Amino acid sequence: MREMRTILTGFALAVILTVLPFVAVIGQWLPREGTLWLIAITAVVQITVHLYFFLGVEITGKHRERLSSLLFACVLIFIMVGGTLWVMGNLYWRMM
Amino acid sequence: MIAASDKVEEQIDEETEFGFWLYLMSDAVLFSLLFGTFAVMSSNLAGGPGGSALFDMKNLATQTALLLVSSLTIALAHHAAHTGHLARTLGWLVVTCLLGAGFLGLEIKELSGFVAQDAGPGRSGYLSAFFTLVGTHGLHVTAGLIWAMTLIAQFLIKGIGLRMTSRLYRLTLFWHFLDIVWIGVFSLVYLPEFL
Repeated sequence: MREMRTILTGFALAVILTVLPFVAVIGQWLPREGTLWLIAITAVVQITVHLYFFLGVEITGKHRERLSSLLFACVLIFIMVGGTLWVMGNLYWRMM
Repeated sequence: MIAASDKVEEQIDEETEFGFWLYLMSDAVLFSLLFGTFAVMSSNLAGGPGGSALFDMKNLATQTALLLVSSLTIALAHHAAHTGHLARTLGWLVVTCLLGAGFLGLEIKELSGFVAQDAGPGRSGYLSAFFTLVGTHGLHVTAGLIWAMTLIAQFLIKGIGLRMTSRLYRLTLFWHFLDIVWIGVFSLVYLPEFL
């Protein structure tokens, strides 16, 4: 189970990582490209935060098998989604 | 003797939890493919309205906040169940349900508003992919809500035990997983439209 401190730390980090892209989009301080990068980076970091603090994915310890099945799912996702984008992108380019 | 059977039960629960985790991984593959489809379809507007004309920042921010806070409250519900506080568990579960229902209400209002503006799923490839992705997430949240309400009833009848805590734990995993999907939705589908 998750300790209270783990829960609160995870939540605090998640709030910061959610507020950051929203504020950047509303304020429009960065150029478009920069804001898109900020959104992408905070999303990836926040997903990692959720996985570690809330879902109990860890490199060592009791739930190690969760990380290996997650990595396997990532391989499947990479093949299927990556393959889809590759094929459809190629098709789009040839139809131009 | 009791301790031994508790140990067995705990092991069964751990195996069930891992089985549920594997389901979540297959669900992750499903959502990733919906994201992939959305990415492919996102430029096919067919002369219809795009996200920048449809999306409302206030609505999005409220939805995101509701789901994020519900992620905290369900973790607190599980923590309370694990430490044996029935009333606190029920309280946090009820708060989670209310937050989830608020999220869902806003989503239904938003999507039905799109349909009313002639921007339903049949309008363009972009809107088809959008409705499929966001609708599938909304369906999952609905399932989570029904599950949470079932658990509230079960907690009231059965009280707190190892088995009930394990059930709540699986709901917690499901709920956090849905929040992760939502991070993808607001980062990929919504926020870029406001730039």
